[in-house]
Parts: sequence; structure tokens; C-alpha cells
Amino acid sequence: MAKGDKVTLANSGWCKRCGICVHVCPTDVLKLGQDRVEIDDIDKCIGCENCELSCPDFVLKVVKVNE
Amino acid sequence: MAVDIYKYLREDKLPHIWCPGCGHGTILNSLVRAIDQTDIDPDKTVVVSGIGCSGRAPGYLKFDTLHTTHGRAIAFATGIKLANPELNVIVLTGDGDGSAIGGNHLIHGCRRNIDLTVILFNNQIYGMTGGQYSPMTPTGAVATTSPYGNIDQDFDLVDLTRSAGATFVARGATYNPRQMTKLYKEGLEHKGFSFIETLDQCPVNYGRKNNIGGPTEMLDWQKEHTVPASKWEKMPEEEKEGIFPLGVIHRKDDPESEYTARYQQIIDSFAKEDE
Ligand SMILES: Cc1ncc(C[n+]2csc(CCOP(=O)(O)OP(=O)(O)O)c2C)c(N)n1
Ligand code: SF4
Ligand code: SF4
Ligand code: SF4
Repeated sequence: MAKGDKVTLANSGWCKRCGICVHVCPTDVLKLGQDRVEIDDIDKCIGCENCELSCPDFVLKVVKVNE
Repeated sequence: MAVDIYKYLREDKLPHIWCPGCGHGTILNSLVRAIDQTDIDPDKTVVVSGIGCSGRAPGYLKFDTLHTTHGRAIAFATGIKLANPELNVIVLTGDGDGSAIGGNHLIHGCRRNIDLTVILFNNQIYGMTGGQYSPMTPTGAVATTSPYGNIDQDFDLVDLTRSAGATFVARGATYNPRQMTKLYKEGLEHKGFSFIETLDQCPVNYGRKNNIGGPTEMLDWQKEHTVPASKWEKMPEEEKEGIFPLGVIHRKDDPESEYTARYQQIIDSFAKEDE
């Protein structure tokens, strides 16, 4: 985790819409869409990695913004 | 530097078969991060499992893997380790696989202090076969085989493995993946029998049937029913009821008592006689 890191949907097709990432995000960045997780407000993301570490389906990845 | 966990995964096998919100995936996620933090050689690492939803875990890992029969993962792992002591051998087992049908292998693995890292996915139920109670289902809990509440007592596997001779014993929980990774890493690096029980959620066959709820409510339940091991030790007995200590619970560094080391001594003694 470093300043300026942001969440990305690395494998959105693997998402099972369990809601764990939404639950562990401290700043309400993520929301559940019709079929899978969606990024609701990327500006709020502090790059804490809670979602990436808790996701059982390897969907989310926090990366440097300019990556 | 961001960790590339995908290099440890058989991506062609994903998405995995586990239900939405099943904690098994979070355990796998934490495990590959732990492996990444050690300097163990992936080409000298074997991951072994028995049968159950948890038994599917090695199938998603890009290592040499062995999916064996129900309850026998530790027996197969013992054979692998004795034949090739230089291999890192990891056992992934369920609470049914590891403490019911495989309970005998578990205690004897501990007794021998053989250098395996055993991660037990404790979702407190037989997930794969539809929710029968396991030796880890709490007294009173509802399972398909205990519709009026379980009358059995559940094991405390941390106490059991420690008494049986395991030299690294810890407990993690899927609500705290950072701690899981830390415990798995320590277990992987420990020479001797490492046992890491991990509280895990089966929303389908346990959480919903016991009115705890789905995955997120089950993670909150874990948070409310666990304390750090250091705090646990100071708690009065009556407050410990139904609460699980988390962290490293027992550790004894004694590599000479490790089983393959002792076996090697015998081999060496014959080599000396031949000289
Ligand atoms: C010898 C034998 N007995 C019974 C079974 C049926 N069986 C398959 S998985 C399982 C229990 C799995 O529970 P657990 O180890 O807790 O794993 P989970 O599915 O919860 O991950 C049972 C009883 C079997 N496959 N083989
Ligand atoms: S935790 Fe993973 S699988 Fe669950 S909703 Fe979020 S991205 Fe999807
Ligand atoms: S990295 Fe942290 S802040 Fe960003 S979406 Fe994930 S949990 Fe939320
Ligand atoms: S039945 Fe339970 S243990 Fe098996 S995949 Fe589904 S949630 Fe996981």
C-alpha cells in the first residue's frame, strides 16, 4: 500500500457478488452492480488493500494509478 | 511493490467452484501471499489435500499438487516428506477431513513432529456433502444431522495438536487476512509440525442455517467471537466460553526432534558403519 494507489477490477468476470469487499472497504468505494462488483467512487479509494486481501475470488487488485 | 499473486494460481481453472462468499478463497488468497513472503522454492513445494470443498484448494495452485482420499492428506504428505525431506510440504484440509475421518493422522503427525505445514479450513461443518455436523460444529448448532441442535462437544484443535506434540500451533480467521498471511508464513518457515487452524465461513451450509447470516455477517460474527491470544490468557475462565484466541498459541523450536531429521540420523549411522 502506498499513497495514490487505487483499486482496479483485475478479473471482474470471476466476481460472485458476495459483498465482502463492499463490507470491508472503509470509504464506500465499491458497490454491487446487477451481476458483479462495480467501482462507485474511485476518488474515495485510499488504496488500503482491505478489499483485495479479503476477496475470495481474486477479483480486485490495488495498483499505482499511473500503472 | 504490488504482489503478483496470479503467478501462483492456475488461472485457467478459475473462477473456482466455491459458493459466493465462501471463506476458502480468502484462505487461498492469504496462503499465496505468505508463500510469496518466504524464500521457499515453488519448484520444491508440494500441496496436498483430502476430500471436501477445501480439498479442491490445491487444484487452483500452480505447484506440484496431490488431491488424495478423504482424511488421508497427512498420511500422503508424511510419505512425500520422508521420501524427499528437502521438499516443502503443505497440507490443506477441512475440519471434517482433518479432525473426523483424518483425526488419527493429525494426532500422529503432531506426535512425530514431522515438518509439514497443515492449514485446517474450519468452517465448522461438512460443506461439500450438504451440512452434516463435524467434530468442530459447536454444541447446540444446527446441522442437517442435528436438526434439534448438536449434542456433541466440539474439539479444541489448538489444545489437541499442542498436546499431541505439534511444535507450531496457531489460529487465524478469515475476517483478518493480514494476520492469516503472517501465521501461514511463520508456519511455513517453522521446522517441525505446524498447525494453523483457520476460522472460515460456509454461508450456505452453516451461516444461514444457524441464523448468523451470509458471508459478511459471518465475518462480523468472527470478529465478535475472537480475541488476541495474549488477551485470552488474562481473561477469567467464565468469559472464555465461546470465544476463540487468535494468533500464535504455541511454539517450540526444536529442529532435532523433527521426524525426518531423526530418520536421517539412522541413515547416517549406517553410512558410518559402511566406511
Ligand atoms: C471415505 C469417504 N467417506 C465419506 C466421504 C464423503 N465426504 C466427502 S467430503 C466430506 C466432508 C467434507 O467436510 P470438510 O472436510 O469439513 O470440508 P468442507 O467441504 O467443509 O470444505 C465427506 C463426509 C468421502 N468422500 N469419502
Ligand atoms: S469480494 Fe470479490 S467476489 Fe465478492 S463481491 Fe467483492 S469482488 Fe466480487
Ligand atoms: S483499496 Fe481500500 S479504500 Fe480502496 S476500494 Fe479497496 S478497501 Fe476500499
Ligand atoms: S458448500 Fe460451504 S464450504 Fe462448500 S463451497 Fe459452498 S460455502 Fe464453501
